[in-house]
Amino acid sequence: MIQVIDLHKSFNGQAVLDGINLEIPTGKITVVIGKSGVGKSVLLKHLIGLLKPDRGQVLVDGLDITKLQGRKLQDLKKRFAVLFQGGALFDSLNVFENIAFPLREKARLPEGEIVRRVHERLEQMNLSLEAGKKFPDELSGGMKKRVALARAMIQEPEIILFDEPVTGLDPPMSNTVFHLIKKTHAASNYTALVVAHDIPEVFSIADVVAMLHHGRIIACCGPEEIKHHPDPVVQSFIRGEPDFLEA
Amino acid sequence: MVAFIQLLGRVVLNWVRETGRIQLFLLQGLALAFVPPFRPRRVLQEINQIGVKSTLIILLTALFTGMVLGLQGYYTLRKYGSEGALGAAVALSLIREMGPVLTALMVSARAGSAVTAEVGIMRITEQLDALDTMAVNPVQYVVMPKLLAGLIAVPLLTAIFDVVGILGGYLVGVVLLGVSSGSYFSGMVQSVVPLDINGGIVKSLVFGLTIILVASYKGYHTEHGAEGVSRATNQTVVLSAVLVLAWDYLLTSFFM
Repeated sequence: MIQVIDLHKSFNGQAVLDGINLEIPTGKITVVIGKSGVGKSVLLKHLIGLLKPDRGQVLVDGLDITKLQGRKLQDLKKRFAVLFQGGALFDSLNVFENIAFPLREKARLPEGEIVRRVHERLEQMNLSLEAGKKFPDELSGGMKKRVALARAMIQEPEIILFDEPVTGLDPPMSNTVFHLIKKTHAASNYTALVVAHDIPEVFSIADVVAMLHHGRIIACCGPEEIKHHPDPVVQSFIRGEPDFLEA
Repeated sequence: MVAFIQLLGRVVLNWVRETGRIQLFLLQGLALAFVPPFRPRRVLQEINQIGVKSTLIILLTALFTGMVLGLQGYYTLRKYGSEGALGAAVALSLIREMGPVLTALMVSARAGSAVTAEVGIMRITEQLDALDTMAVNPVQYVVMPKLLAGLIAVPLLTAIFDVVGILGGYLVGVVLLGVSSGSYFSGMVQSVVPLDINGGIVKSLVFGLTIILVASYKGYHTEHGAEGVSRATNQTVVLSAVLVLAWDYLLTSFFM
């Protein structure tokens, strides 16, 4: 389980996270929703130690990632994978090499085993072997996300963080990516945190939905419960009302 | 007046802070060269990017620099009846000063800007963060090989520059203007001492490290999207050139 306790973070004096408390249960998909710029990605980056908080804790099975350094932090990071908003594929490597990268860096497997695993992931993401020879700048947005998901999955991590996995994709491709997340989660039962604002599609994959607003979690419950949450801010966001966006 | 002093203080403090950060970045980058995994393949790739791909521009610059030195030197020395010293004048100018400095400036313009753009794009597209999340140290994977490549490639390019420049001087002085080939080379052999060559090597090592350090640092700390990459690239070229010339003065005064 990941526990976020009283997390605070400011940039240039402006509080982005203002006392976040959140529990991310093991083996479940937790979705964090909220309007653009509210700090969802900032929260996600704290979970893997890419940002250090001003105050507060992030406990991963009891270990506070905000206090860890050196080898202990590296070991903890090996349990994670992240799917970044733009995919963050390495420009200088082709699709095959991108997916194989975590294995080549950390797993020390024979080349034949690496090839087998990469081909397996390509197939799982509905990508052809031919696509493996392409470079990231030759891929569509949807293909990039699928390659990034394959790279995230290749080491079978315990925890995967998804930073707006369908932003910039058309509705069919968004549904494909959500379907792939659901499919891979069913197969591997990893713990997932998905940062998104794609309502209502994101509810289809969520076990828990948390809403971030003004630096705090103002609601955290199941997807059905959140649809009927009494907080007017939550209701306004779910319905996409413009007054909320201007508030 | 108080506002001016405050502004001055802020500028100086920022400068000191930035200088300290760059030095820590350098120490981190170099220290990681001695920590496994050692990444020799990445170092070779960077030597190719920074060194091999700069060879053509270095050859052209060196050839024309040597030719200009030959021409200028010939007409200056002829006034004193010392055309025979042309080889020594060309060689000393190139080995002590022009070879290391012009090589560094050309590498900075070609490879330094490319390094900043590459690392800067990796920063804004979260590729550096991706490395970090895979428990791969981004400084060790991206920056360390570039620093080592700068240390290896720039002295080699400088040596090429010196040789080609001397041949350029020979082409103009001996082939076109009729200076005796024997006096061109014998003057050179008599005048160039090991200290000149050592000084040139030390300069090129310092310049190579400086250029790639500035380029990597600026790229690594790029902010604000494509505009930030453009700004960082610009800063790299300007700052590298100024630092190369400042280092040149300091090292020249040391080796004199």
